[in-house]
Amino acid sequence: MPLVKNGRITTDLFVHVADGAELPGDGDILISAERFLADPDILSRRPGKTGVVWPNNRAVDDLVPYLERLAAVALVFPTFRDGRAYSQARLLRERHGYDGELRATGQVLRDQFVFMSRAGFDAFEVKKDADADAFAETMKRYSVFYQPTGDGRLTALNRRMQLRHSESAGQ
Amino acid sequence: MYAYDELDRTLINERVSEFRDQVKRRLSGELTEDEFKMLRLQNGVYLQLHAYMFRVAIPYGTLSSKQLRRLAHVARRYDRGYGHFTTRQNIQFNWIKLSELPDALAELAEVGIHAMQTSGNNMRNVTSDQWAGVAPGEVEDPRIWSEILRQHTTLHPEFSFLPRKFKIAITASEHDRAAIKVHDIGLRLHKNADGETGFEVLVGGGLGRTPFIAKTIKPYVAGRDILSYVEAILRVYNQYGRRDNIYKARIKILVHELGIEKFAREVEEEWKQMGHGALTLDHSVVEEVRSRFSYPPYEKLPHMPDELKQAAHDPLFERWRKNSVAPHKVQGYSIVTLSLKPVGGPPGDATADQMDAVADLADRYSFGEIRVGHEQNLALPHVAKRDLPQLWKALDRIGLATPNVNLVTDIIACPGLDYCSLANARSIPIAQELTRRFANHDTAEMIGRLHINISGCINACGHHHVGHIGILGVEKNGEEFYQITIGGRADENAQMGALIGPAVPYAEVADVIEDIVEAYLALRDRPEELFVDTVKRLGVEPFKERVYATR
Amino acid sequence: MTSPLQQKIKITGPSMVTANRTSDGVVIYRTAKQGWSASLSDAAIVRTSDEARALLAEANADDVGAVGAYIAPVELKDGGEIKPGNLRERIRSKGLTIDLLPA
Repeated sequence: MPLVKNGRITTDLFVHVADGAELPGDGDILISAERFLADPDILSRRPGKTGVVWPNNRAVDDLVPYLERLAAVALVFPTFRDGRAYSQARLLRERHGYDGELRATGQVLRDQFVFMSRAGFDAFEVKKDADADAFAETMKRYSVFYQPTGDGRLTALNRRMQLRHSESAGQ
Repeated sequence: MYAYDELDRTLINERVSEFRDQVKRRLSGELTEDEFKMLRLQNGVYLQLHAYMFRVAIPYGTLSSKQLRRLAHVARRYDRGYGHFTTRQNIQFNWIKLSELPDALAELAEVGIHAMQTSGNNMRNVTSDQWAGVAPGEVEDPRIWSEILRQHTTLHPEFSFLPRKFKIAITASEHDRAAIKVHDIGLRLHKNADGETGFEVLVGGGLGRTPFIAKTIKPYVAGRDILSYVEAILRVYNQYGRRDNIYKARIKILVHELGIEKFAREVEEEWKQMGHGALTLDHSVVEEVRSRFSYPPYEKLPHMPDELKQAAHDPLFERWRKNSVAPHKVQGYSIVTLSLKPVGGPPGDATADQMDAVADLADRYSFGEIRVGHEQNLALPHVAKRDLPQLWKALDRIGLATPNVNLVTDIIACPGLDYCSLANARSIPIAQELTRRFANHDTAEMIGRLHINISGCINACGHHHVGHIGILGVEKNGEEFYQITIGGRADENAQMGALIGPAVPYAEVADVIEDIVEAYLALRDRPEELFVDTVKRLGVEPFKERVYATR
Repeated sequence: MTSPLQQKIKITGPSMVTANRTSDGVVIYRTAKQGWSASLSDAAIVRTSDEARALLAEANADDVGAVGAYIAPVELKDGGEIKPGNLRERIRSKGLTIDLLPA
């Protein structure tokens, strides 16, 4: 499964470690929320970076105390039709100021890339190779956005108000 | 009318390109139906019994003549020459080919029409009063706020995959023509003690298999805060709405299970945390949207022009005027409802020729503007009273002057089993038979205001729960049966109808409805007492006795 | 006329498999030659639940060509003519039961 990060297909340096499995001695790992919360000291104990796979039915509040030290948070789309992780992503980015890697996992498909990016995801475990190849192209689909999110894109309203100000300034 | 700017046009075109790509990938096999289904639904494409059905949005029910002509063109070029206006200010085409859909969408986009979010588990077309901006006594034009909400809800990055569909309706009049109490969120514009405009926010209304009347979650939310407050509701719903059972996934179930007080606290908590951020609508922002709504250059006209006085001698004109013409906020003008309920016709259908003709009449008599209401009729919102007699003649020539608005034959009906893959029973032929039974205009006048609503299945697209008489198609051992309720209403006093007795077979429905109406005529205490008021006064029992005594 | 979406595979009489064509939505019937036809008379008829299951599985395998395949009852007339087995299928096969224009 290709990983797209910062707009490009890249090698995934993180290893998904299943709950029962032994942790590798070094290297970057992604572990479940349950495993992490049972042993948050793991952050300082291992040489590699730690990321958490956070389920979409648990409030992200429980993760907030650790955000500064986490290298990655992976949110889950069990199917692309289940949109809970969009809210979690926005809360992490916009309310809790999380600025590490925010990864989309699960059924991650081309036609949701723009929504995910706007909600704050910057890494994508893409289900299909063809979709990963089309990432850059797909991100260019839209140039107009109505809603303000934390993604820095100007909204239609911002642009209209700017236009208005520049028009009135020019008079 | 709201004038799209370059940004609005660009976004619609970008959506068309995206959908064209999605269709291409579906037809080539790159996308499975399982993956494509939600994508097509998000752009209004259903698969029905005979073909794909294509649902196009008419935001807050406002159309220009140019747009209506384009809809006629799509009906002719891509469909079978007609369209069906729905109960949520949409138009549906029943025979569209998937392979041609992108072209149809591109043609609609040229005139600022789209099909975004007319289906799917997202925020649907924002609906409003079809008389918005012209009704006397309105707080202010609710379409300004509808448009702000339309933009905000379009391709929303957080709420495009909600547990289930989500419908918002807005009214600004005392008399609610937008049925806000049966919507997921209902917004009622009003002014607070300081004269500031804001909203009563209602939540959790809806029909379907578990009908609920919406409850007030907050009596007053200032206009500037309405986007953030709606967003707070949606965020709570997106996280906690049920996703384990499609029949329990609507917000009404969440509100019911938590109770309105607890739900309101959750929303309040979320709203507080959102603070006064980017969603706050400054005055200048609202004015920017308002500035792109244009209003006609009305003339100063007499209240009672000579043309109207003369035409009043014609009883045929008078009976049409009495039922179809409503007061306008500007003296000398009227709002004219065009009945899409001819005797024997499918409710809400219009042919491409009729659409073109209405567009021409709108240009001549209504500053090029047309409205679409949830009762599945059209309206011309700015007709000079002196033009009423001529307009009536023109409408009569194209079959749109049936003088039955709000009468017993002004029936709301879903497409039913003739078209719909969800239906258990037919709706349209029941409606057609009823219009024939009550075709005598004097009888209909004597009966007075009476809304019959018909749905072909429990999903309630025909709003049967809130019909004065509601008819619900069900299936029993492979046969079509119909449950009948009475006493429902969809306005500011919205309530669900009560079941009158066991379901009756297809062939008996019209007889039963006639019996109910006869019972009403015998039971009402004076001619002015409306059917729905008689039911309220007496309850279901006397009607039940009358109808089932001989069955 | 239970929605086919909730249909369990258990047939009580002669049945066929029907769907809509992906490109234009036209009603189609699964034939005995592993293809589709717009004519009900070409439909493959199954008589047992196992046969029905097999025919449906084969139809579902054609995800590109057809949408929403399901099993539906038919009536077999003397002489072998195939008729739709319920109202829903009669409507799908013969079209609307209503007049489109007022009358």
